[in-house]
Amino acid sequence: MGSNKSTIQYIPDVKELIEETGFSAAHIQRLFERFDLLDRDQMGTLRVEDFEAIPELAMNPIGDRIIGAFFSSGKETVDFPTFVRVLAHFQPTDSNRTKNSSQEPYNSPNRKLQFAFQLYDQDRDGKISRAELLQVLQEMLGMQVTDEQLQSIAERAIQEADLDGDDAISFDEFKKSLEKVDIDQKMRIGFLS
Amino acid sequence: MLRRGRRKTWLLGTFLCLVLVSGVEAGAKSEHSHGGHQQQNASEITGIPIVKFKWHHVEMPYTVALWVLVAGVCKLVIEANHHVTTVIPESALLICFGFILGGIVWGADKVQTFSLTPTVFFFYLLPQIILDAGYFMPNKLFFSNLGGILIHAVIGTCWNAATVGLSLWGCHMGGAMGDIDIGLLQYLLFGSLLAAVDPVAVIAVFEEVHVNEVLFIMVFGESLLNDGVTVVLFNVFDAFVSLGGGAIDAAEIVKGIVSFFVVAFGGALVGVIFGILLSLLTRCTKNIQIIEPGFVFVLGYLSYLTAEMLSLSAILSITFCGVCCQKYINANMDEKSVTTVRYVMKVFANGSETMIFVFLGISAIDKTIWVWNTGFILLTLLFVFVYRFIGVFALTWIQNKFRLVPLDFTDRIIMSYGGLRGAVAYGLAVLLDPNKIKERPLMIGTTLIVVYFTVILQGITMKPLVTWLKVKRAALSEIMLIEKVQNKVFDHMLVAIEDISGQKGHNYMRDKWKNFEGKWLSWILMKPSARKKHDYVFNVFHKLNLKDALDYVAEGECKGSLEFVRNETAYIDFKKKFGDDFSDISMPEIGIDMGDTTIANPYARRDTVPSVSLEMHEQTMNGLRESEDINTHHLLQQHLYKGRKQHRHRYSRSHFDVNQDEDEVQEIFQRTMRNRLESFKSAKMGVAPPKTITKHPKKDTQQKMPNGKSTDKTRSYHSGDEDFEFSEGDSASGYTGSFPRVTYTAGASHLQSNPVRSLFQLVLRTGLHARPGPHGPGADPALAGRGGAGQRHRRPVAESPGRTALDPSNLRRLAPLRISTRSSDSFTLAGVDPAASSRDRDDLPPPPSPPPTYKPN
Repeated sequence: MGSNKSTIQYIPDVKELIEETGFSAAHIQRLFERFDLLDRDQMGTLRVEDFEAIPELAMNPIGDRIIGAFFSSGKETVDFPTFVRVLAHFQPTDSNRTKNSSQEPYNSPNRKLQFAFQLYDQDRDGKISRAELLQVLQEMLGMQVTDEQLQSIAERAIQEADLDGDDAISFDEFKKSLEKVDIDQKMRIGFLS
Repeated sequence: MLRRGRRKTWLLGTFLCLVLVSGVEAGAKSEHSHGGHQQQNASEITGIPIVKFKWHHVEMPYTVALWVLVAGVCKLVIEANHHVTTVIPESALLICFGFILGGIVWGADKVQTFSLTPTVFFFYLLPQIILDAGYFMPNKLFFSNLGGILIHAVIGTCWNAATVGLSLWGCHMGGAMGDIDIGLLQYLLFGSLLAAVDPVAVIAVFEEVHVNEVLFIMVFGESLLNDGVTVVLFNVFDAFVSLGGGAIDAAEIVKGIVSFFVVAFGGALVGVIFGILLSLLTRCTKNIQIIEPGFVFVLGYLSYLTAEMLSLSAILSITFCGVCCQKYINANMDEKSVTTVRYVMKVFANGSETMIFVFLGISAIDKTIWVWNTGFILLTLLFVFVYRFIGVFALTWIQNKFRLVPLDFTDRIIMSYGGLRGAVAYGLAVLLDPNKIKERPLMIGTTLIVVYFTVILQGITMKPLVTWLKVKRAALSEIMLIEKVQNKVFDHMLVAIEDISGQKGHNYMRDKWKNFEGKWLSWILMKPSARKKHDYVFNVFHKLNLKDALDYVAEGECKGSLEFVRNETAYIDFKKKFGDDFSDISMPEIGIDMGDTTIANPYARRDTVPSVSLEMHEQTMNGLRESEDINTHHLLQQHLYKGRKQHRHRYSRSHFDVNQDEDEVQEIFQRTMRNRLESFKSAKMGVAPPKTITKHPKKDTQQKMPNGKSTDKTRSYHSGDEDFEFSEGDSASGYTGSFPRVTYTAGASHLQSNPVRSLFQLVLRTGLHARPGPHGPGADPALAGRGGAGQRHRRPVAESPGRTALDPSNLRRLAPLRISTRSSDSFTLAGVDPAASSRDRDDLPPPPSPPPTYKPN
C-alpha cells in the first residue's frame, strides 16, 4: 500500500476532484487505493470485468445495475475521477456546499434520486416503464414469487406512482412517490478516511 | 350538546369507579366481620343453607378482577375526554386517577390495603409489556442503532447511578439533608435503582408524541436494554451494603463487573434460546391452530421466568425472545393466529400498563412511606435530571463522531428529556431490605416523587417541547408499494457501493447477516411453505391486497338492500356483456378473494360460505339449504358489485387520482355507451341482445384469452336452465322473501335467481379461472326465452355507469395472489360441475386449461 503511486500527489487533478466531490483528501487517497486494487491490470481505468471480480458484488441482485451506473453511455472504462464522482453520490448531503457552488453537488438529494432513478431506467428515456420495473423486481425478488405475482406487483407499483397515466414513472413522479423518504439518509454510507 | 354528553360520560365513569371501589371496600369490610362471624357460628349450623355468601372464598380473584375492571374503566373515562388527553398524557392522568382511588381506599380503610408490590409488578404486570415491546420491535431499526443504544444503556446508566449516588452523598456530607442515616454505599444503591429509564413510562409517553423513529428507538431501546445494567448494579450494591464497606475489595468489584456480562448476555441468550424454541414449535402447530397463539405467550413468559430463576436479566430475556421469534412465528403461524397474537399482546400490554400507572398512583396514598426530607428529595430530582442531560450529551457527542446520521441538538435534548423513570424504579425501591436500610421509606417516597415528576411533568411538557424544538416527527404514511421496492433497491445499492468502494460497513454486515439468515436460519426455523412467500415486498403487496379486499367488503355492506335489486340485475347484465371480455378473470378472482377474506368478517357466522368451493357446490346440490345459500350469495353478490363503486371511491381518497388514467376513462365511457345502446335495442325489439356481445374487441391486451373459441362452446350450453329446474324444487318463498322486489311472479323471481346463483357458483367455484364461465353466458338463453321478464332485467343496464369501477385494471391486481394458490382447486371442481356433467355432454367445454387463459406475459 505504501507504494508511491497511491500517494495523493500522484492523482491527477486532485484539487479539482476534492472541490467537485466534497471528499476530503484522506477520502480521495483511500478511494484511490481501492481503485488501484480493483484495477488489476494497472491500466489506470476500470473495466466491467474489474467490477465483476468483486466477489460480494456478484451476489448482489442488482449488482449489474450498480456497475452500469459507473459507465457513462458508450464508454468501456471508468477512470478515477468518474469513479470518485459516482461514489460522491453517497456522501451525506452538505447544505453549505449547495449554496456556494454553481453546479449542483453530487450529494444533493436530487442528484441522489437521479442516481437511483437511472438504476431502473436502463434505456435512459427518462421514464421507468413497466417492463423496466418488472425487470428490477425480478432481479430482487427472484424465485420466491411467480411471474404473475411479479406482474401485478409491478403494475400496482406503477399505478401508485403514475400520475399522468402514461403507464410509466417519470423522474418527477418517482421523486414524488419517494417524497416521504429521507433520500439523504437512505443513500449514505460512511466513507472511511 | 356534545360537551354535555362528554361530561356526562365523565361523571358516569367517575361514579362507576366510586361505586366499584366502595363496593370492593364494603365487600372487604363485610368480609372481615362476616368471616369472623361465620367461624364463630360454624358449629351452630344445623340445616342445609340454600344460599351462602362466601366472600372469603372468592376474595382474592374477585378483588383482582375488580381492580382490573376499575383500571379499565379509568382508562375508558380518560379516553372519553379527548380534549384532556391531547394536553396531558394518559399515563399522567392514570396516576392522578390512582391518587383519587388511593384516597378512597385510604378513607375507607385508614390503611393502604392495596399497593403495587414488586411480586405483582415483576411477575404479572411487567412481562407482557416487555414481550409486546420485543414482539413489535422494528428489528432493522433496532439493530442498526444497537451500538448507540448499548452505549446509552450501559455507560449512560452506570453514569447516572454513580453520579446521582455520589452527588447525593457529597451533599449529605456537606450537610444539605439534615440528620439522616445513609452511607455512601446506600446512596449508590439508591442511585442505581433510580438510574434506569423505564420502558413502560417511555412507551406510554412517546407513543403519543410520534417523534422520528431513530430518536424513539434510541430512548426506547435504551430503556429496554438498561435493565441488565440496573439489575446488576442493584444486586451488586445491595450485596455491598450487606457486606459493609470494609469487606469490599478488588475481587468483589471484579466479580461485580463479570456478573454484569453474565447477567446481560446470559439473559439475552436465554431469550434467544426461547425464541428459537418458539419458532420451532410454531413450525409444527398446523393441526392445533386454535391454541397456537397461546404458545407465544407461554414461552415468552417462560423465558422471563427462566431468566429470573437463573438470576439473569429477565427483561432482556423476554425482549430478545420477542425480537428473535417475531419473524418466524409470523411466517409459520396461520394468518389468523398472527392477528390473534397481535391483538392479545396489545390487550395484555395495554391492560397492565394501565394497571401499573393506576397502582403507582394508589401506592402514593400511604402515610407509612412518606418521610419528608426537602433537601434529599429536591436534590435527587435535580441530580437525576441534570446528570441525565450531561450523560446523554456527552455520549451522543462521542457517538456522533461515528454515526452516519448524527443525532442533532434537538434530538439530544429530547433523548435527555425522555429519561423517564417509572415503575421499575419503584419496584426496586420497595425491594430494599428495611433491616439493612433504615431510610427505606424516604427512598421509596423519593423514588415515587421522581417517578411522578418525570411521568407527569415531563410527560406533559414533552409534546410542547417536541413541537417547539421542531423535532422531526415520524412520517405518518400509508404504505406504498413503490416505496418499499425502492427501499429494497436502496439496501442493495448501499451494499454494492460499499463493496465497490471497499468499505466494510454497516450495510456489509447486514447483508452478510441476511445471507446467513436466509440460508440457514429461515431454513431451520420456518415452515417450508412459509419460506416461499417470505419476501418483504411481496408481503407488503399481499397486505395491500388484503386491505383492499376488506375495504371492499366493508364498504359494500354499508349499502341498503333496496339498491340491491338493481345491482343484481345489473350484475347479470354485466356478466353477460363482459363476462367474455374480462370478467372471467376479474370477477372470479374477486369472488374468491372475498370468500377468503370475509371469513373474519360478518360472514364468519354464516357457515354456508365455505372457503372451499367444493362444499359450496355440494350444498347447492342437496338443495336443502338452498334458500340460505341464496341469501348468502346475494349478500356476497351485493358486495361484489357495490364494492366496486366504493372501491373506486377509495382510490380517490388515497392519493391515486381517479380520473387520471385516460385510457381507463376512455374504456369506461365506451362500455357505458355500448351498454346503453344495447339495453335500448333490447327494450325496443323485445329480444335479448344477440351474440354480438361476445365479439367485443379485447380491451385488455394483458389477457390473451382464446375468447372466441371458448365462448362459442359455452354458448350452446344450457346450464342456466339446469339450475333453474332444480331451484324450482324448493319453494320460492325463501327466495322472494329475501327480495324487496316482490312484484315479480314466482317464475320471474326464479328466473332472476337462477342466473344470479349460477353466477355465484361460477364466481366461487371456478375461482380465478379464466375459463369463461359456462353459467354466465348460459344464462342468456334462459333470459331470452322468457321474453318480458328478460326485458325487465335488461333495463337497469342504463345505470351501468355505476359499474365502471369494475374496470379490470383496478381489480386485476388482486388476482394473481389467488391464481397460484387456487387454480388447481377450481380446476378439479370445474371438472365435477354437475350442470356440466348432466347436460349437453358433447358441448362441454374442454377441460378448462388455466394456463392459456391467463397468461400475463
